[in-house]
This record gives sequence, structure tokens and C-alpha cells, in this order.
Amino acid sequence: MEKRILDKPFVKVEPELCKGCGLCIDACPPQVLKFHSKFNSKGYHYAFYIGDGCTGCGVCFYACPEPEAIVVYKKGYEYLGEEVA
Amino acid sequence: MANKVLRKPKSFYDIYERNPSSDKKMPHYCPGCGHGNVHKFIAEALDDFNVADRTVFISPVGCSVFAYYYFDTGNIQAAHGRAPAVATGIKRAHPESIVISYQGDGDLAAIGTAEILHAANRGENLTVFFINNAIYGMTGGQMAPTTLINQRTTTTPRGRNPHNEGYPVKIAELISQLEAPVYVERVALIDNKHRAKARLAVRKAIKNQIDNLGFSLVEILSACPSGWKMDPVDSLKWIEEAMVRIFPLGVYKDITKEVEPYQIKKFKPSAEEIVELLQLNTETKSFERQPVPERYRNPEIKVAGFGGQGILLLGAAMAQSGMLQDYYVSWLPSYGPEMRGGTANCHVNIREIEIGSPVVSDPSVLIAMNRPSLEKFEHDVQEGGLIIYDSSLVEVQPTRTDVEVLAIPATKMADELGNTRIANMIVLGAFAGYTGFFAIETLFETLKTAIKRKKLIDINRKAVEAGYKFGMEHRVRK
Repeated sequence: MEKRILDKPFVKVEPELCKGCGLCIDACPPQVLKFHSKFNSKGYHYAFYIGDGCTGCGVCFYACPEPEAIVVYKKGYEYLGEEVA
Repeated sequence: MANKVLRKPKSFYDIYERNPSSDKKMPHYCPGCGHGNVHKFIAEALDDFNVADRTVFISPVGCSVFAYYYFDTGNIQAAHGRAPAVATGIKRAHPESIVISYQGDGDLAAIGTAEILHAANRGENLTVFFINNAIYGMTGGQMAPTTLINQRTTTTPRGRNPHNEGYPVKIAELISQLEAPVYVERVALIDNKHRAKARLAVRKAIKNQIDNLGFSLVEILSACPSGWKMDPVDSLKWIEEAMVRIFPLGVYKDITKEVEPYQIKKFKPSAEEIVELLQLNTETKSFERQPVPERYRNPEIKVAGFGGQGILLLGAAMAQSGMLQDYYVSWLPSYGPEMRGGTANCHVNIREIEIGSPVVSDPSVLIAMNRPSLEKFEHDVQEGGLIIYDSSLVEVQPTRTDVEVLAIPATKMADELGNTRIANMIVLGAFAGYTGFFAIETLFETLKTAIKRKKLIDINRKAVEAGYKFGMEHRVRK
């Protein structure tokens, strides 16, 4: 698979691993995380990235109490194909 | 080189095998719980310092009891409040390991106050993370030692009243007053800035241990939205507005730049060294079992008297002699808190087969060294059993007529030999002489290890000899 370099930061929230506490939404400086109108299978309104404006600062990662719900990719991250989507 | 991605630290397990359901990627914490943040900071630090392989994580009792399902390190779950004591043991046995004690306020500041205070005072090279949420979260929001004045909890429905429940315990302040701790800081999970500070404090506390600097404690004010019955975001505000006023943030102590690194020496003596240290007698002598009448076989012995008469030593010497003659033995002491005075008794079994229970409730041999012991235990003696009592101290006689009785003026005989305190060994000799159960050589061998002070062995030998002779002379042959 082709190796690519990320040209702008990106944050990924895993819907099924989010408990909907909202701490990332409260913490995000550019306010680009929102509650989704849908529920996940646990019944939480999960957080999601609106798709534009992430600065890759990483504060949502440290605000999130879940180990795996949020992944922050910074500019310049080398990735393979589908990992970042 | 900056890290280009922030994702789950490797010091967490890939999947959490806590429950049988398919959900193995989420810890059990409630939405917005501060434990998750602190766990993340710790796991990230263990990754970055590359020490997860030699880390032992001590989980407490409380919500974080299951931390061992999450951290891919060595794990021990300690009894309530005892994590610093367990951590001390691990660190002493494995000084190269990184030992993290992780505790809540109900655990550390209530039931575990003694453990944390003394681990800190000893300056154990440990890292302690103290999660303070001002209540007992796991059990449903009861008052903790850290609960604020006027704070309503399920056990203080009208608010905490200092006249009734006292004041919040300030652990960071308390610990920082001690001489030994090198680093004490209080941080709070309030907002981005404070979380960044907390993350750095966690890293520093772990790094201190890696550098062998000594005891570090980080108190973390952390939200319990479920226990506080608040929205997760609102609960952060409550930490800032209510908790921080009572628990001011900051570094309370930091002498990490002044102290010399010190790693405790691992002490793992060989079997030979232990023998030498304890001055043990390793000559394995053994003696023949003596032929004895049927009624004296497998004696179940109770020895009783005043504390200070050497009751326990007498019992132990009997068991030791039994061991030298290749019997199964047991010795069970029972005594009050007094070293002198009070009552003491012990149970001794000397058997040809393995012993099921060390307790002797119906003795076949009663040795009563004072009157209360004779009166108390006389009626428990088995029919056809043997009662030996010190007739110089007991002015009454046994009332039982279905048992053998040997009255020996042991204390008087001991006085005549020049030391009142050897009456117990006179009785030991008398038991052996009367029943023939022990050869006198066995008893002499026992004295070598039973009598700690070597210069007293001679007088004790004389006591055994005198008792043995007395017992022989009063033998009853059926």
C-alpha cells in the first residue's frame, strides 16, 4: 500500500468506544468536536469531528478518559492508505 | 522528534478481559471519570520511560480496584488501604522494579492512613498517586475523610458538620511535613492547562523513582460525576469552585534536586547465611523412641501456669524433644498480653501419626504450675490421664480419682538448685522420668537450642536431671 504523509491534522473518535461525557467537546480549543445526533450501541450520543479545523493540539486526547476513543493525527504523520479516514 | 500521533499507550493491554461480554475495549469507569485521565497519563509515561516491563502496579480497593485488567505491567491488588505496605514489600524485594501505588481517598486517607504515613516517613522509593474526589465513589457517594464542609453525601444528608464529622483531611499538606518524601504536589483535572500540569506531575513522580530519588506523592483532584450527581463538564467546574479552595493546588515539597540517589540493597541471604545469622544448630541429631506403656503413647499435653514461669518454653521443649525422637509434633501457645503475671498455657501434641489439629481441649497429660490452672483444667483431663502439678505452689490436691497424679515441688527444688526460674525444666525432667517417654539425652540435646543464653544451659541440665530422678522414683508401674 502506498505510503502517504498527512497534510493537515485530523482527529478520529471511535463511536463505539465513546461514553459521551463531553469532556473533549468542552476542551477542544477550535470547537471542532460535537455530539452526534445518533446513539452508539451503548446509548450514548458519541462525539464526532465535524471534519474541518482540527489543529492537532491533542488536548482532546488528554481530556478523554477513555484509552482508545480518541486518536489525534498531527500534520506530517506518515500513514498507509485507509488508516486515516 | 515530536510524536505525530496520540493514541492509546502501549502500557495498556490491547483488550481488557474483565467481563465475559464482547465489550473488551472500554474500562469500567463511568463517563467523565478522572481515573481514565490519570490512567492515560501513567500509561503514557511508562511508555515514554520504557519501564512498563519492570513496573508493578498496586491497585487499591475502590473504583480503580480493576486497574490490573488495564495496565500491561506487573499487578497486585492490595487489601483496603494497604497498597503502600504491599508496595514497600515489592520494592524491598525487587529494588530495580518501578512500584506504583494507586489509591483513592477512601482507601488512602481513611483506612490506609497508617500505611501511607509510614511508607512516606520511611522514604520508600515509591510513586503514590492519590485520587481525591471527596467521597466514596464506588459504594455510592458516602462521606469520605476528604468530603468538604457542608458537602451533602448519602451519609451526610444535611452536609458535613465539622462538629460531628471533623474537617477534610489534607493529605498533600500532611505528607509534605514529613522529612523523607522528596516530591509532593497537588494537581486537579479541571481544564486543559491543569490537565497538562497533572500529566507533568505524574511523569515527574515516576521519573523520581526511576532515578532512585525517594518517595513521591501526587494528589489529584478528580471528578466523580456519578457520585456527585452532576454532568461531567459541570463536575469539572465544581472541582475548580469548591474543591480547590479547600485543597489548594501546587508543589508542597520538592527536594529532588538536593537528595542523593539511593537504591536499597537487595537482601537475599543463602541458606548458610541464614543459619549463621540466626545462630542455628544444624547438627541433625536424632534419638530412639522410648518404649512406653500404652497409656503414655501419643500424649496430648496441656501446660498451664502463670506468665513468667516458662510455660511456653516448657511446652516448646517437649515438642522439640518429641521432634528429636522422630515424632510428629505441634505446639500452640495461648497467652495474655503480659510478659510476667497473667495466665499462660500451651497445647502440645506428640504423635506417631500426622497431627490433624494442634488444639488440645481434652488433654491426656495436664501440667499445672499453679492453682488456678489445676482447678480450671483438671476436669478436662481424659480418664486414665496424667496430672503433674507443682505441689510447692498448689496447696490443694486434684479432686479427680480416675487419673494418675504426680505432685512435684518443682519451684522448691528449683530454689534449692539456686534459680527459681528453672522449675519448668524440673517438670520437663519429671515428665520424662515418670513416663519414660523421653530419654534424658534427648532432653539434654533439646536444651542446646531451647535455652538461648549459653551460660544458663548448665543449671538447666541440673534441673532436668533432678526432675528426671524425681520422676523415676515416683513411677507407677501398672
